[in-house]
Amino acid sequence: MRGEASSRIRAILVKEFIQLRRDRITFAMMVGIPIMQLILFGFAINTDPKHLPTGMIVPEPSAYTRSITAAMRNSEYFELRHGSMSERQAREALKRGTLSFVVSFPPGFSRDLVRGQEPQLLIEADATDPAAASNAVAAFDQIVESGLRDDLNGPLAQARQPAPPVDVVVHRLYNPEGVTRYNIVPGLLGVILTMTMTLMTAISLTREVERGTMENLLAMPVKPLEVMIGKITPYIGIGFVQVAIILLAAHFVFGVPMIGSFVALFVGLTLFIATNLALGYTFSTVARSQMQAMQMTFFFFLPSILLSGFMFPFRGMPEWAQWLGEVLPLTHFLRLVRGTLLKGSGMNDILPNLLPIVLIFGLVSVIALFRYRRTLD
Amino acid sequence: MTEAPAVIEATDLTKRFGDKTVVDHVSLDVRQGEIVGFLGPNGSGKTTTIRMLTGLLTPDSGSGHCLGYDITRDAEAIKRNIGYMTQRFSFYEDLSIRENLEFVARLYCLRPMAEHVDRTLDDLGLTSRQGQLAGQLSGGWKQRLALAACIMHQPKLLLLDEPTAGVDPQARREFWDQIHRLAGEGLTVLVSTHYMDEAERCHRIIYISYGKVVARGTVEEVIAQSALTTLVLQGAGDGRLVDALRREPGVDQVAQFGNTLHVVGTDAGELRQAVERVVQGRDIRVSEGETSLEDVFIRLMEQYGEARP
Repeated sequence: MRGEASSRIRAILVKEFIQLRRDRITFAMMVGIPIMQLILFGFAINTDPKHLPTGMIVPEPSAYTRSITAAMRNSEYFELRHGSMSERQAREALKRGTLSFVVSFPPGFSRDLVRGQEPQLLIEADATDPAAASNAVAAFDQIVESGLRDDLNGPLAQARQPAPPVDVVVHRLYNPEGVTRYNIVPGLLGVILTMTMTLMTAISLTREVERGTMENLLAMPVKPLEVMIGKITPYIGIGFVQVAIILLAAHFVFGVPMIGSFVALFVGLTLFIATNLALGYTFSTVARSQMQAMQMTFFFFLPSILLSGFMFPFRGMPEWAQWLGEVLPLTHFLRLVRGTLLKGSGMNDILPNLLPIVLIFGLVSVIALFRYRRTLD
Repeated sequence: MTEAPAVIEATDLTKRFGDKTVVDHVSLDVRQGEIVGFLGPNGSGKTTTIRMLTGLLTPDSGSGHCLGYDITRDAEAIKRNIGYMTQRFSFYEDLSIRENLEFVARLYCLRPMAEHVDRTLDDLGLTSRQGQLAGQLSGGWKQRLALAACIMHQPKLLLLDEPTAGVDPQARREFWDQIHRLAGEGLTVLVSTHYMDEAERCHRIIYISYGKVVARGTVEEVIAQSALTTLVLQGAGDGRLVDALRREPGVDQVAQFGNTLHVVGTDAGELRQAVERVVQGRDIRVSEGETSLEDVFIRLMEQYGEARP
C-alpha cells in the first residue's frame, strides 16, 4: 500500500532529521566546511598571482617610460618599487627573493623608440615557480603596447611596435581577465557537495550497525528502498544549505557572474546532491564499520578532485585519465555548473551533462538496494 | 485439556557460523497464550535461534513457522505481526522516549499515531518521562521503553531476548507482571533468560546447551526428568565440609547457603551413604530437600558441557 510506504519513509526521515538536529558537531561541520573551503580555495589559492614585487631600472626617465610604468601598475600584476635602482641592487633583490621581476630600460630607450628602432625592453623574472611568473610575463607584451598606444600617434605612429613574427592570439572566453576564482568557486560547489554529502550517508548504515540499532530496524517491517529514501532525503536539504552559503559568497564576496538559468542550476544541483548521497549510502551498505565507510569516501574523493577538472584542466589529462574522469559525477557537474553560472546555459544546454549524472545515480541506487542486507547473516 | 493452536512450530533448525554449529537441530513448539522460557548458558545459541524465528537469520537447514508464516519465505509478514526485543538496547539513544515510539508507530503505520503512542506511554508508566532522551535512561527504564516499542503494534507473538539483563529486581518483577498480563490477553511469549526465578515464572521451559535442546517441559517436569536427589544439611557452617563432600563418590554438587548445605547427586543411595560418611560424629541434621531448577541446570551444564571437545 502506498500510504504505508510513505508512513514508513516518514518514520525514517523524521528520525534522521531529529538525530541530525541533535548532532551539533555534524551540523556545524556541514556549515563550517563550505565556509572554510571557500576561504582556502577562493582566497588563499590563486593560480594567477598578482601584485608581484617588481623593480625598475630606468637610466633615462621620460614620458614613455612613465607610460609603460603606469600601464604595468594598472595591470595589477606588478607592484612597482619606488624609483629606479642600479643593476647591482636589482640583481641582489632578485636573488634574495624580495623581487619577482626586474624591468630594465636600456640607455637611449626613448630616443630609439621615437626613431622607430624598436628598442629592447628586458624583463627578468624569478622563474623558480614558473606558474607564478608565467601569466605576468605573458601579459607583459600587451601591457607595454597598451601603455604606449596613446603616446605613439600622429607622426610617431610608425614607431609602434610591429607585430611579433608569431602572432599568438589568446581569447579568454567567459572569463576575459582569466580570474581564477570564477573557475574555482563554482568548482568548489561541486567539490564540497561531493565530500560532505558522500560522507554523511556513508556513515549512516554503519552507524546503525555499530550502535546496535540495525537489528531492530531489520526486525521491523520496513523495506530497503524506504530506508534509503528516508535516509537520503533530509540531507538534500542540508546540501541546499551549503549551496546557499557558497552561492551567496560566490556572488557577494567573489563577484562570480551568474548569468545562466537558475532552474537548470537547481535541477542539476538536486540530481548531483542525490547522486552523491546515494553513492555514500552504497558505501555504507558495503562497509562493515564507520571507519571503513570513511576510508571509502576518501578513496573516492581524491580522484574526484584530481580527475574531474577541478584541479587540473580536464582536456590536458591523458586519455585514460579522461575516461576515468567521465565516470565521476563531479566531472559532469563541473561542466554543468560552469555552464550555468559563467556561460549562461539553460536547460537544453546542460542536458548532455545531466544525463551521465542521472545514469550514475540510477546505477548506484540499484547497487545500494542490491547490497542492502535484509538479514544479519 | 484442549490444545491451543501452535504459534511457533520449528523443526530441526540448524545454523552454522563457519565450521561452528551454533544451533543444532533445534525443534520448538509454542502454543497460543503460553509463556515459554528459553534457557541455556551464554553462547548456547538462544539468540541465534530467536533471530532465525524472526527472519533475521536464515537457517542452514530445518524449517519453521511463526503464526503460520514460513520463517524463510514470509519474513515480511512475520515482522509485521511479532514483537521482538533485542538483547542489547537497540532503540535510538539520541531520541526521546516519545520520539522513539513515534518512530516505531510510523514504521508499523499505526493510525492515529499520537493516540497509539499516548496509550502505550500510559500503559507502561512512561508518560511522565516521555521527553527524556533514551540514552539517559537507566537499565530498567530502557527495558520498559523497549517493551513498549515492541508491544505497541499489538503483536500476537512476543520474542524477548534476555530482556531483564542488568535490570533491578523490582523492575524485573514489574516486567514479569506485565508479561503475564499480556499473556492473559492471549499474547504468546518466548523469552530467553538465565535467571532461575524467571524460568520458574514460565509455563514451560526449553533448555538449550551448545545448540542442542537438552531438557524441556514444565519446571516440575524438568526437575523430575533430572532424577536428582537433594539432601539438606543443617548446621553445617564449616566450609571444610564442602571440600570433604566434593571428594566423595556420588556427590555431584555441593552448594552452601549460610548454615545449610545442599548436596545433590544422581544416585540417591550412593549420595546418602556419602553424606553419612562425612557428617559422622558431627551435630548436623540431614533431611531430604527439594531439588531446585538451578541444581538441574548446573547439572545439565556440566553434563553437556563436558561432552564438548
